[in-house]
Amino acid sequence: MSAPVSRIREPLIEGHKSYHDITEDLVGPTEKAPNTMWMVAIVISISLFAYGMFALCWTFYFGIGTWNLNRTVGWGYDITNFVWWIGIGHAGTLISAILLLFRQRWRTGVNRSAEAMTIFAVMCAGLFPATHTGRPWLDFFMFPYPNTRGPLWVNFDSPLLWDLFAISTYFTISLLFWYTGLVPDFASVRDRAKGVRKKIYSFFAMGWTGKAKHWQRWEYLSLILAGIATPLVLSVHTIVSFDFATSIVPGWHTTIFPPYFVAGAIFSGFAMVQTLMIITRKCLNLQQYITLSHLESMNKVILVTGTMVGSAYLIELFISWYSGYVYEQFAFLNRAAGPYYWAYIGMMSCNLLAPQVYWSKKIRRSVWWTFFISIFVNIGMWFERFVIIATTLAKDFLPSSWSYYWPSWVEIGIFIGTLGLFFMLFLAFTRVAPVVAIAEVKAILKQYGDQYLGPNATEDHKPDHAEAH
Amino acid sequence: MSAKYKDVLFGLYDDEVIMMNAIKKANAKHLDIMDVYSPFPIHGLDKLLGMDESRLHIVGFIFGLLGCLVGFLGMTWIFTSDWPTIFGGKPYWAIPAFIPVTFEMTVLFCGIGMTVVFYIICGMGFGVDNPVLHDRITDDKFCIAFQTNDMSDDGVDGLKGFFDETGAEEIHTKRI
Repeated sequence: MSAPVSRIREPLIEGHKSYHDITEDLVGPTEKAPNTMWMVAIVISISLFAYGMFALCWTFYFGIGTWNLNRTVGWGYDITNFVWWIGIGHAGTLISAILLLFRQRWRTGVNRSAEAMTIFAVMCAGLFPATHTGRPWLDFFMFPYPNTRGPLWVNFDSPLLWDLFAISTYFTISLLFWYTGLVPDFASVRDRAKGVRKKIYSFFAMGWTGKAKHWQRWEYLSLILAGIATPLVLSVHTIVSFDFATSIVPGWHTTIFPPYFVAGAIFSGFAMVQTLMIITRKCLNLQQYITLSHLESMNKVILVTGTMVGSAYLIELFISWYSGYVYEQFAFLNRAAGPYYWAYIGMMSCNLLAPQVYWSKKIRRSVWWTFFISIFVNIGMWFERFVIIATTLAKDFLPSSWSYYWPSWVEIGIFIGTLGLFFMLFLAFTRVAPVVAIAEVKAILKQYGDQYLGPNATEDHKPDHAEAH
Repeated sequence: MSAKYKDVLFGLYDDEVIMMNAIKKANAKHLDIMDVYSPFPIHGLDKLLGMDESRLHIVGFIFGLLGCLVGFLGMTWIFTSDWPTIFGGKPYWAIPAFIPVTFEMTVLFCGIGMTVVFYIICGMGFGVDNPVLHDRITDDKFCIAFQTNDMSDDGVDGLKGFFDETGAEEIHTKRI
């Protein structure tokens, strides 16, 4: 790496890249045959996905009764996994939209893959409620359309319907945002390709030529999509939390849920981005684009949101005691010391304690630590949803109906299947599209790369032409 | 512009700074630039080329407003006139309960509308094959293009001279 030329900032792109080097490095992986590691990974993912499909078919054939849900615990593994996946999806839009509005340039290194991750995670999430309806082939009944049953409309006063709208909108907007960003990069791939490959990429590049006017509009479009996606991303997990908060179940009926769910979603989403990015940057050799300073920035977000989530856990405990409401008090005592105490311990240690190591700069910049903590956070956030859902429902108002819920092999199989689906799609994505936004990285190269040309640059780094005028 | 094809003379530059300087010179000489192409968005280029601000945000606003109205008025019509139903003791016209769906519809319409309009006005779409002047424009070359359909040889030579003078690395002609 050449010496950093800005006195204030660490470079976001290392290795003294030229524009052409960036194209080579980022388009390159899509042009070569996949390596053995990729092949092994895709075979494993497809196997997991196939197992999930088998479990899903089993569910469709024998019915929801093959799940261990019962009258007391009507939401179990499926809704836990649904909320977990939706949460993971939040990092992509946060990175691409909110960080764009805040002009955080480090987003360019990771936004493409994070957005892809969002789309794949939302697909995995959607599978659970769709299946849980029991007759997924009638799921279109949930959309309000003029029908021959009256017309009988859906219940617009229900948070479950709001959720349908929120998640469909979220998926659509994320997809548009991601694809619009991909179009210029597909054009880069197209212009290097030959034969059938060129034809395929020509189709998907939509005739992009790089005209000045198109770039101007493209930037406007990105900015406004970011502007509308920012409240959208906050609204989605808020509405997911409404699924719980608008009920009258003790332990769910709390006003802290929306902000705490949003913080938790960002927290778990960033953890998943870290997990994926650390593997991707290593496999595709992108350490100069996804640098330690990118990882550190994301770790800071994890630390902040993890602490927010941790505080929310403690506030919940305090409020349940302070409320003087015995059912609420019981709900929280039951979470911490009831039959699911192990899930509570898992949640507290992974979400509240684990990220606190990031107060140390050395750990924030360590790849191994980052990887391990990201796995912990992924697990911890899964436990959080399990604690909220299963623990709360298992011991309800009526002690005679108390139960202990544990998923059946079918439910676990579907979850494993979504993990397979997620990694399968992500692996496929790394083969067909540039995993780092080429045009956006080029656009920040001179100001934020290690060939900075601004007023703080040292003389010997200014290229000859800079003095030409 | 009435001809079916365009004869284009274009120069490729290695760096956006050199190209921006060339555009300034072209403006000073009152040369009529047909278009400028680049591998990434360059800030300040639109002003240099005398482009108006994009009006895409107005499109976004109109579609957003439409979505907002469709959502809110749609729910209002359904729950107050088409099939009034009481849910959980709420009034038929339960405005606070309509807010989430209204918001989502606003965002959905705005996003889809704006994106579709963007592709239409840029003449883009799946499978559209717009002529590409040079393969490296989407890689690392910055291009200034002039239309030379009705231009005299002297005029073309003048433009070539301009490219040489301003540091263009390559000069090409193409009929598109």
